[in-house]
Amino acid sequence: MLLGPSGCGKTTTLRMIAGLELPTSGEIYINGEEVSQKRASQRDIAFVFQMFALYPHLNVRQNISYPLKSQGMKRAQIKAKVAEVAKILGIEDILSKPVGGLSGGDRQRVALGRAIVREPKAFMMDEPLGALDAEFREHMSQELRALHDRMGATTVYVTHDQLEAMQMGDKIVVMNHGSVEQFGVPQEIYDWPATMFVADFIGSPPMNFLRFKGSINDGDNKVSLSGQVFDIPKQLQSASGDLAFGVRPEHVFLDETSAYKGEVLAIEYLGTTQIITLDTPNGVLKARVAALDRIDVGQKKGLMFNPRTVTIFAQSTGVALLSVANKGVLDHG
Amino acid sequence: MSGFSVTQPSNRQKWIAGLLVITYAVVTLMPLLWIIATGFKSPEDAISYPPKIVFEPSLEGYVNLFSSRTRITPGMEETLQPPETWYDQVARDAGTIIVGPSRYGQRFLNSVIIGFGSTFLAIVFGTTAAYAFSRFKIPIKDDLLFFILSTRMMPPIAVAIPIFLMFRQLGLNDTQLGMILLYTAVNLSLSVWLLKGFIDEIPFEYEEAALIDGYTRFQAFYKVVLPQAATGIASTAIFCLIFAWNEYAFAVLLTSGTAQTAPPFIPTIIGVGGQDWPAVAAGATLFLMPVMLFTILLRKHLLRGITFGAVRK
Repeated sequence: MLLGPSGCGKTTTLRMIAGLELPTSGEIYINGEEVSQKRASQRDIAFVFQMFALYPHLNVRQNISYPLKSQGMKRAQIKAKVAEVAKILGIEDILSKPVGGLSGGDRQRVALGRAIVREPKAFMMDEPLGALDAEFREHMSQELRALHDRMGATTVYVTHDQLEAMQMGDKIVVMNHGSVEQFGVPQEIYDWPATMFVADFIGSPPMNFLRFKGSINDGDNKVSLSGQVFDIPKQLQSASGDLAFGVRPEHVFLDETSAYKGEVLAIEYLGTTQIITLDTPNGVLKARVAALDRIDVGQKKGLMFNPRTVTIFAQSTGVALLSVANKGVLDHG
Repeated sequence: MSGFSVTQPSNRQKWIAGLLVITYAVVTLMPLLWIIATGFKSPEDAISYPPKIVFEPSLEGYVNLFSSRTRITPGMEETLQPPETWYDQVARDAGTIIVGPSRYGQRFLNSVIIGFGSTFLAIVFGTTAAYAFSRFKIPIKDDLLFFILSTRMMPPIAVAIPIFLMFRQLGLNDTQLGMILLYTAVNLSLSVWLLKGFIDEIPFEYEEAALIDGYTRFQAFYKVVLPQAATGIASTAIFCLIFAWNEYAFAVLLTSGTAQTAPPFIPTIIGVGGQDWPAVAAGATLFLMPVMLFTILLRKHLLRGITFGAVRK
């Protein structure tokens, strides 16, 4: 999963892996073989385009068999392969139709068919669900995932949708401004963001940053916010100056005994939970609390944080400080 | 009374629109019909005043167009054999005998070779150039495109003398090859610009998909781009052919004999044996046919081509 905002370079990365663009520097390896300067046709990689790019002058069968024809495969063999793929995707009944009149989902399946028919080393998918209706996207993402598990080949999937990435990905690469911010399994990326960008990009609402001036020393397990002391995971790095206390909304608790108060600015009711926006001495904060709690705008509420989930960031670099909690994650990130 | 509708014209509006279209069609088609009719008139009917709408059809114009004749002088009649064919008979009725074919057929053939030859070349070069302009990063691309278009900005007569001198040096004067090259050059600006528009409309993703599917860049061009550009190529071909077919100024200046095309030849028919308007009209009528047929065959493409070009950014 390549995840990032538009223009961050994720599609370019994908295109370089596939051989549609050449890197200006660096090397690309597929199965240990250097392919940096090889043509796309020699890399044995399939690509599913965002707009599907089905050949409009060919019908479904011809579209799917197109990559096999370039390999000079025998006609009977092509026919058998196409039939097999059509069965997997459930598109046997539309094989002789022109691609022009197909629904978005069928086009998607034909595009997938063209990709899987030649059993490539890897699949590249550039926002393959981006052109589909919202309701259909859910269904198709499950189909994609099932197909991936069945094929077993590596799939590189580009998306700007964090939910899609979390749902479908085994591992996620978060990118921004052309560089990798973090690489890891979805849980690690969500719980232990390596940078403030990742913390802000993943999660809805995103991670809260309570900004403060101060210093953290190696070995500290407490931090003071506007005179109130909070427990945090034991820190392994020292830093001082402008820091940020990062905590996810679901790890913020309302606690009347706490002297750290925030005034309720807004409430978003979501059914099972509600998101309340509070004005604290260290900036605006969002908390996800149980929907049953009776809260009114203007009230002052005491706040507590789950001490095991806090990440401290250096504001100047945006990078998370190492602690005992995120050490294992960020070391290999 | 039904309410006023913005999108649906009323019956009266439809009538007015229909009437306007029919009037316009009559006005524009009248000369064409007149030419076709004149071709089937006798020379007397063709110049009669007031003009004859109803006349006795005659093939004299067509016979005169394809033959050269000499007038039967008194005393000659006794030595003549009886006419062998229907066209001999037509000529004999008009007081002439056929002594050989005219040069119309050969001039017509020149038009076909030069017209279709230059169209073919303009399309081949135009498609490849347009593809390159559309797909590749080319330094000073905009200037090059403007330069190509600028060849159309002056009237042919302005460059006729330099081209005449050039052709004389190269030995291309009055040759089919010379005319093909000239018309190709003039048509290239049109074909490059039109085809670039059509190719721009074809998403690059199709070619990328072909590259991924194991094809080379050139295979992607002719297996994926060309079939999709077929409409544009067809309509561009029509425009190119119409230009090359009807071109008069260069033809009259640069050809005189072997490579002369039909447009400069047709007026010269007038001079043979008096003002032979039916033969001129017959020549013009036949000359219309190939382009008309070509256009009718491809008219679906042509119509789509025109509207396609119109909505482009």
